[in-house]
Amino acid sequence: MDIKQFLKDASMAHGVSGFEFADIAKIVQERMSGLVDEIRTDALGNIIGVRYGDTTDPLRPKVMLAGHMDEIGLMVTKIEEGGFLRFTQVGGVDPRILPGHEVIVYGKKPLTGIIGVKPPHLTSREEAARAHKMSDLFIDVGMPEEMVRDLVRVGDVVTFKRQVSELTSDVLAGKSFDDRAGVAVMLVCLEELKRYKVAADVYAVATTQEEVGLRGAMVSTYGIIPDIGIAIDVCHAETPGVPDWKTSSMGKGPALTQGANIHPKVYQGLERAAKELGIPVQPDVAPAATGTDAWAMQVARCGVATGLVSIPERYMHTSVETLSISDVEKAGRLIARFISSVDACFVKELKKWT
Amino acid sequence: MDLKTLTSLSGVSGDEYEVRDGIIKELDSMGVSYECDVLGNVIARKGNKGPKVIIDAHMDEVGLVITYIEKNGFLRFATVGGIDSRVLVSKRVLIGKHRTPGVIGAKAIHLQERDERNRVIPSDQLFIDIGASSKEEAERKVKQGDYVIFDTEYEELSDGIVKAKGLDDRVGCAILLEVLKEPWEDINLYAVFATQEEVGLRGAKVAAYGIEPDMGLAIEGTVCADIPGTDKEFQATRLGQGAALSIMDSGSIPNRAMLKELIRLAKENDIPVQFREATSGGNDAAAIQQARAGCPVASVSVPCRYIHTPCSLMSMSDFEAAKQLVIAFLKSVEGGFRP
Repeated sequence: MDIKQFLKDASMAHGVSGFEFADIAKIVQERMSGLVDEIRTDALGNIIGVRYGDTTDPLRPKVMLAGHMDEIGLMVTKIEEGGFLRFTQVGGVDPRILPGHEVIVYGKKPLTGIIGVKPPHLTSREEAARAHKMSDLFIDVGMPEEMVRDLVRVGDVVTFKRQVSELTSDVLAGKSFDDRAGVAVMLVCLEELKRYKVAADVYAVATTQEEVGLRGAMVSTYGIIPDIGIAIDVCHAETPGVPDWKTSSMGKGPALTQGANIHPKVYQGLERAAKELGIPVQPDVAPAATGTDAWAMQVARCGVATGLVSIPERYMHTSVETLSISDVEKAGRLIARFISSVDACFVKELKKWT
Repeated sequence: MDLKTLTSLSGVSGDEYEVRDGIIKELDSMGVSYECDVLGNVIARKGNKGPKVIIDAHMDEVGLVITYIEKNGFLRFATVGGIDSRVLVSKRVLIGKHRTPGVIGAKAIHLQERDERNRVIPSDQLFIDIGASSKEEAERKVKQGDYVIFDTEYEELSDGIVKAKGLDDRVGCAILLEVLKEPWEDINLYAVFATQEEVGLRGAKVAAYGIEPDMGLAIEGTVCADIPGTDKEFQATRLGQGAALSIMDSGSIPNRAMLKELIRLAKENDIPVQFREATSGGNDAAAIQQARAGCPVASVSVPCRYIHTPCSLMSMSDFEAAKQLVIAFLKSVEGGFRP
């Protein structure tokens, strides 16, 4: 599979939380279809690909993977005089990335818009010293008001307009790699699983609505009832101005999280798989909430043993999220290896704490 | 050459090579004579009778220049021309002759202190990421002194509304090229494609000295803030309301006779015009006015929203109006108008 191409296509696809069906879900479904035995969706729009285990044992363990396919974005709240659009955020958007940004407004048809600001010639020193608030900003779609009112409605969603930049052959920059990179990892993993004899049933879930509260993972985990749940998300990579101890390194392998959200034996299993494959991993410590689907999965029904594998990424929640393709590939391979090691015995051990 | 091509060219002040080459090629194909001076201005000539008239548009655009390459491969930069650094965050750029792609990153929202979001990111904390992991790797693609442009595609958003980078002042360059297609005889027309306007009107200053014109007309892509949050009296110009005539700006006060003539011609020819209702900002008219012993000047501009940001917006109807008005004015000079 051409994972670079998938990353590019997925990054540029539209799928703001709650609107994943508009575009990204179709791409994911298409790419996943050749890699699983069946695909289903649920009431929240999660895409669930099932790859059945390679044994006839009726009590096969269930391993669920979760990578969220939704992205942060904006939503139209008002059409102003002149046809300018006011908006709010869907998920956590730093308003400071918005001035001068191009966006796509998903009205009756996709419209290019600009989040315009006053030129510096007309901006006072005091104004220039203040950060823009989201409430001050607007989208200009360069159309007469009547046309805007015909094409756009309050509630229409908006994404960043952003082509992927191929910074090097291994480094891509673009929007929504958080967490389309996680979806890519699942695809690599499914592809890789072809090389293994697998005891477990694998549920690869492209989840919805993570950015607004882990909602897709919450309900899909309930429906699947997995023994083990592995969330795949992005974590912060080194960034100028951020202390090293808060970040991982880009291009040096995926990060494995430890902490209350993570079952120690799943962590160990992932670590062991990495060692067996000679894949470097980076430690990541989360005292409580990981802010990922793992947080919701862990407490579904009567509890799920969770793990978290992350792709180091710079500038998370901007439109220039930057990552290394090699980290995505490594994460996929390592998870596949881990899955191949899961059997009924491993699952049984998950409840043994003494 | 159309606006799409003109705005796609790279030409940060002091690095106008691509634009100059493009314009020279166009002049060659049009059979218009020209020369370049030591600051890189392109001065095209038409007509050889009557008063010496400069029509000026600047080739340069605002942008960035690489000032330093960090050990870990990140690039530090300075702005060239007036850029509000608040528009730089999370944008795509192209660096140097080979257009190496880069992005201007920012600290993730999750890693910010609570009140950080309310503060402007100081420009000395901004950097460009080209995906290099070391200085050596970065230096294989870029070097100190490389110029940087915004990576913005030309696009027509609706009928006649155009989005592009650098409309200030490729729109003027496009008008000059159109004007040069007309036959000019009873006028000594000097079309100046000027350099370095954005860093202090420096190209026009020396071009005007060399030409010693009898009058000058600056053709600009000018400020337009007819947007929410800006009161009517501070909007300067309005998109789609016609060519903008300056009354006074920070650099020059247009010659009254020229201004009156422009208004008269607009009325006579049904060309929509509006006044530029702001005194801030300036253009090459100031440099032309003050060259040598001075000469009368005026400005005809095309309103462009969001100039000096990664993408600006203009109306083709304003472009058309400005073009018609400049042509009408020069015809009037041929017909005997003198300020």
